[in-house]
Amino acid sequence: MKSAVLVFPGINRERDMARALKLASGHAPAMVWHAETSLPKGTDLVVVPGGFSYGDYLRCGAIAARSPVMDAVRGFASDGGLVLGVCNGFQILCEAGLLPGVLMRNARLKFICRDVHLRVERSDTPFTRGYNAGQIIRVPVAHGEGNYEADEETLKRLEGEGRVLYRYCSAEGIIDENSNINGAAQSIAGIVNERGNVLGMMPHPENHVEDIMGCTDGRGLFAGLVAHLERAA
Amino acid sequence: MKARVTVTLKSGILDPQGKAIEGALKSLGVDGIASVRQGKVFDIEIAGSDTAKAETALKDAADKLLANTVIENYRVEVLG
Repeated sequence: MKSAVLVFPGINRERDMARALKLASGHAPAMVWHAETSLPKGTDLVVVPGGFSYGDYLRCGAIAARSPVMDAVRGFASDGGLVLGVCNGFQILCEAGLLPGVLMRNARLKFICRDVHLRVERSDTPFTRGYNAGQIIRVPVAHGEGNYEADEETLKRLEGEGRVLYRYCSAEGIIDENSNINGAAQSIAGIVNERGNVLGMMPHPENHVEDIMGCTDGRGLFAGLVAHLERAA
Repeated sequence: MKARVTVTLKSGILDPQGKAIEGALKSLGVDGIASVRQGKVFDIEIAGSDTAKAETALKDAADKLLANTVIENYRVEVLG
C-alpha cells in the first residue's frame, strides 16, 4: 500500500498517522506538503490527517480545503482513489466538497478529548473490512467541532445508501443521546461519499494501533485498507 | 473603498454558540431578548473605485471562501 499523508500548516497528527500506516503496510507514507500540485506516482491511499490546519481560522478546515494539493486529491478521488480524512481531515474533506454536510461546534460546546466507542455499521467497504458488521471498537476523539450536520435530504440519502460507516455508541453498543458525544445527526462519526472511496471520520483510529497505546482497536481500519488494496492489485 | 461581507447561519441550522450567548444574556438579566444567532463580519478594503467590479469580487470571495454556503448565507455591501 503506497500512501500519501497531506501536511498543512497547523496539522499535528500527521506523524501518528504515518506511524500507523507504516505499521499496517510495512511502508512509510510519502508526506505531501499542501503547496504541491500533484500526488506521488502510484499512490493508493491519500490521508488527510488531524490537527488544526491554519489554526481553525475562518471555519475548521476551510483554508486547507482550498490548498493547491486539494485539486490533486479531487482528481485522485474522481479516478476512484481511496481517501481517508480523520478529525480535521474530515472537516477539510467536507469543506472541499468531497463529502456532504458540515462539522459544527459540539452540542455541549466543550472540546472532547477521550476514548469513545464506535459501532462499525458494515464490513463490506475498503474502510471497514478489517472489522465485523456491528462490531464495537474503542478509539480516541479530540475535537471541539465534530457535530456532523447535513440537510434532511442528505441524511436520508446517507442512511438509505448505507454510507454511515461508524456511529458513536456506548461500550455495550447502545446508540442514544448519552453516547452521542457531540450531538451529531444520527450519532454519525464517519461517512463515505457516494462512490464509497472517500471516508471522513472524527475519531482517531491511528492512535489505537499499538499495545503501548493501551488498545489496538484502530488497527482493523488500516489492516482492512491494506487487504483491500492487495486484493485489488 | 470600504466594503463589508456579513455571513450568517441559515435558518434551521443549530447554533450552539448563539444559544450559549443567549443563555449568558439571560443570566446577566438583559431583558427582552428572544434569541441570538452568531455570525461573522469581514471588513474589506477594495482596490480601485469600480463598485460593480467590487461587488463581483466580494461575491466571488464569499462563494469561494468566506461562507460555507451549505450552512451559511452572506450579504455583500460596498460602503464607499
